[in-house]
Amino acid sequence: MQIYGVYIVNKKRPVNLDIGTIHLPITSYVSILHRVSGVVLFAAIAVFLWVLDASLSSEESFNAVKECIGSPFCQFIIWASLAALGYHMVAGIRHLIMDFGLGETLEGGQLGAKIALIVAAVVIILAGVWVWV
Amino acid sequence: MGMITNVTSFGRSGLSDWLLQRATAVVMAIYTVFVVFYLLTNPDLDYSQWVSLNSHICMKVLNVLTVISIAIHAWIGLWAVLTDYVTVRLLGPKATPLRIFFQLGMITVTLVYLIWALDIVWGI
Ligand code: HEM
Repeated sequence: MQIYGVYIVNKKRPVNLDIGTIHLPITSYVSILHRVSGVVLFAAIAVFLWVLDASLSSEESFNAVKECIGSPFCQFIIWASLAALGYHMVAGIRHLIMDFGLGETLEGGQLGAKIALIVAAVVIILAGVWVWV
Repeated sequence: MGMITNVTSFGRSGLSDWLLQRATAVVMAIYTVFVVFYLLTNPDLDYSQWVSLNSHICMKVLNVLTVISIAIHAWIGLWAVLTDYVTVRLLGPKATPLRIFFQLGMITVTLVYLIWALDIVWGI
């Protein structure tokens, strides 16, 4: 094989962008998870609307929602939806704070990302406590 | 020279999309914090109390604003995600019809959510 007049002998040519070895900064994780949680939330809206609809339609369906929240499957779906909302909201508020010009330096951005991850983790755990306990 | 308009985005320009995305985020955050706080402080909530909360005019306004915000925010957000990943550069020539398919699906689901949600919060 010949590229730019140079014969490439080595079959195992180096890969330009080997995503397996790239270490992403913490800010990238916060931002990609924000995206993922946004897409998950789009599906979770159906869950929230179902709960809202049933809870307001009649006394029976209101009690049915309360009962359903007692079953493990239902609890998991609701916790997962709340977790997506919790993460997305915390990371979203961080985004809005940065839009106002706060924490835009490299260090500030990394600190903000760490705070967002910790706060989101606490919110997700508390949502679990709320649903299960 | 007029501003470059984009028939495919939600607002008339990237800037209005950006602003709408932020304004709707604030509305949804207010709603979420309020409702979570209300549910936490009323653990023995019953049906009549829940209905009377949601039929209060202030709550109706918040409900309607939130429901509309969800639709606008999801539309703009998913549009950005689709135009970032379902591209010819990443997926080849089939990306364009695929992206249009997903965009139409996203718009359909968003409108169904919107009508369903308005029906719930308006009917009380
Ligand atoms: C609860 C309050 C919410 C807040 C504070 C919030 C905040 C934000 C912000 C600030 C952005 C802009 C990110 C950017 O420009 O890169 C965003 C993007 C997005 N949001 Fe939300 N959001 C909320 C709720 C929701 C809901 C309910 C959904 C789903 C229906 C959703 C779906 C999305 C999606 C898909 C994106 C695009 C992500 C991206 O471009 O990376 N968000 N959100």
